[in-house]
Amino acid sequence: MTTWQPSELQRERIAYRRRQARRSTVIALVSSVILLALVVVGIGSTPGWPRVRATFFDVHRGWEALPVVAEGLWLNVRVMLVCAVLIVVFGLTLAIMRTSRGPIFFPLRVFAAAYTDVFRGLPLLLVIFLLGFGVPALQLRGLPNQAVIWGGAALVLTYSSYVAEVFRAGIESVHPSQRAAARSLGLSYRQTLRFVVLPQAVRRVLPPLLNDFVSLQKDSGLIAVLGVIDAIRAAQLETAEDFNFTPYVVAGLLFVALTIPLTRLTDYVARRQGWYGGGGGPV
Amino acid sequence: MSLPKNLLSLRGVRKAYGDNVVLDGMDLEVAAGECVVLIGASGSGKSTLLRCVNLLETVDDGVIELAGADITDPRVDADKVRSGIGIVFQAYNLFPHLTVLDNITLAPIRVHRVPRDAARARAMEMLERVGLADKAAAKPDELSGGQQQRAAIARAMVNSPQLMLLDEVTSALDPELVGEVLDLLRELKSEGMTMLVCTHEMAFARDVADQVCFLHHGRPLEIGPPAQVLDAPREARTQEFLRRVSGTTGR
Repeated sequence: MTTWQPSELQRERIAYRRRQARRSTVIALVSSVILLALVVVGIGSTPGWPRVRATFFDVHRGWEALPVVAEGLWLNVRVMLVCAVLIVVFGLTLAIMRTSRGPIFFPLRVFAAAYTDVFRGLPLLLVIFLLGFGVPALQLRGLPNQAVIWGGAALVLTYSSYVAEVFRAGIESVHPSQRAAARSLGLSYRQTLRFVVLPQAVRRVLPPLLNDFVSLQKDSGLIAVLGVIDAIRAAQLETAEDFNFTPYVVAGLLFVALTIPLTRLTDYVARRQGWYGGGGGPV
Repeated sequence: MSLPKNLLSLRGVRKAYGDNVVLDGMDLEVAAGECVVLIGASGSGKSTLLRCVNLLETVDDGVIELAGADITDPRVDADKVRSGIGIVFQAYNLFPHLTVLDNITLAPIRVHRVPRDAARARAMEMLERVGLADKAAAKPDELSGGQQQRAAIARAMVNSPQLMLLDEVTSALDPELVGEVLDLLRELKSEGMTMLVCTHEMAFARDVADQVCFLHHGRPLEIGPPAQVLDAPREARTQEFLRRVSGTTGR
C-alpha cells in the first residue's frame, strides 16, 4: 500500500494542477489589487473626498465616541440575546403548530397561519409604537412599563413570525419517507418530530436562521424610538454635538464586528458536524 | 501513441480514498459495440471504476482513453467528455421535480442546444422505445421502479452516447421488474451500443456479455468470455465468489 509511487504521467498531472492552482492564486491576487487600487484612487480623487473623510472617517472623533457607542451596543447585545432565545421558542412553536396534522389541531393551524400573516406584514416600527406607547398608556396594574421590555416584546412578536416560516420550510423539506420510517418503528407523531424531523430540519435552515438573527441584531436598534439609548441612538446623540457622522460609522463597524464571528462560528460548527450535506466527488 | 483499437481503454488506473485503495492498477479494454460486464464482491471497485470513467472521480494514477483521447488529462473539458457518455445509476437518480419528458429533454436542450420541439420529438421516440410513451407527463414518483429505471435509461440514451455505463441498474428493483430492464439492455446491445456494466445478474452476464471481468481488490483477476469466466473459472477467488452468488440468488 505504501509502496505505490506516482508514475511519470501522474507526476506531470500533479505538477500541472499545481501550476493551475498557482496561476489562479496569482490572477485572484492581481485582480483584487487592481480593483482595490481603482476604488481607492477613484474615491480619493473626487473633489468632495476630503470633506467626506472629515465628516465620516475622523479617527480622533471616532475614538472619542467609542465608549458611549459601545455602551449603547451593550444594550443591543442584551436585547438581542434575550429576544433570540424567545424568538426561537415561539418561532418553533408556531412552525410545529402550523405543520401539525389531524382535525383536532385545526384551530392551532389557523392561529399560526393568521399570526404569521399579520406579524410578517406589519411594519416593525408600528408594532414597537403600539406596544411601547400603547400598552403602558392603558395604565394596567402589574404590567411593566420599561421601554426596553415592550420594545423587546415587539421584536419577539415580529421576528417569531419570520423565524416560524423558516422552521416550517425546514420541516417540510424533510422527505416524507423519513416520517414513514420513524412511524414504522413505532415512534409517535411527537417522537418522530422530536428525534427525526426537527434535527434534520434545523440543520438545513441554519444559514437562513442566522440571517434573521443578524437582521435582528440591527433591528434591535429600532427600540431607540421608545427613548432607550442603544448604539445607533448614542451615535446620533454624539453626532448632534458637531454634525460629525463618524460615531455612526463607529457603530456600524461594531455591528459588523459582532456579526462576522457569529457567521464564521456557525459555518465552522455546521461543517464540522457535516450538516451541509455530503460531498460527492469533484462535481 | 498507437492508434486506438478500442473505444475504451484503461491502463494502470489507481484510485484511493485515504489508505483505502479501491482501484489498484486496473487494466481494461472495451471494443466498440462490445458489452463488458464487471462482477465482483461489493467493495471490489466496480462502481468506482464507472465513476472514474465518467470523470465523477479524479483518478490518482493511470490513463483512461475514450476513442483514443486521454480523458484523465487535467486539460480536457470534463463536461464535454461526460456529454458523450451515458450513465445509469442504481437508484435511477431521476430529477423528482421534472416530468419524465423534461428529465429526458433537459440535457439535449441545455447542453446540446437542440431546439425544444426537436428535443421533445426525440425524447418521445426514446420513451416509445422503452415503452413509456404514455408516462411522458408523469412525475418520476408516480412510476414503478422498473419504469423509473427505463426512463433513466432513455435519459442516458437520448444524447446518443458513444458508451453506456450501467451501475447495478437492477439492484433496487423487484425481481419481476428486473426482466423489463434487462430486456431493454439486450436490445441496446443488439443495436451495437458499447456498454460497461456492473451487475450481480449472472444470467444477464452469461446472456449478453462479450467479456466478463472479475474484479478483486481493485484489479481484474480474471477476464474472458462468459463461458470461461462464469462456467469454468480458473481462479480460486472467482470460483468462491460465483459459488456464494449462486447460493444466495439461485441465478
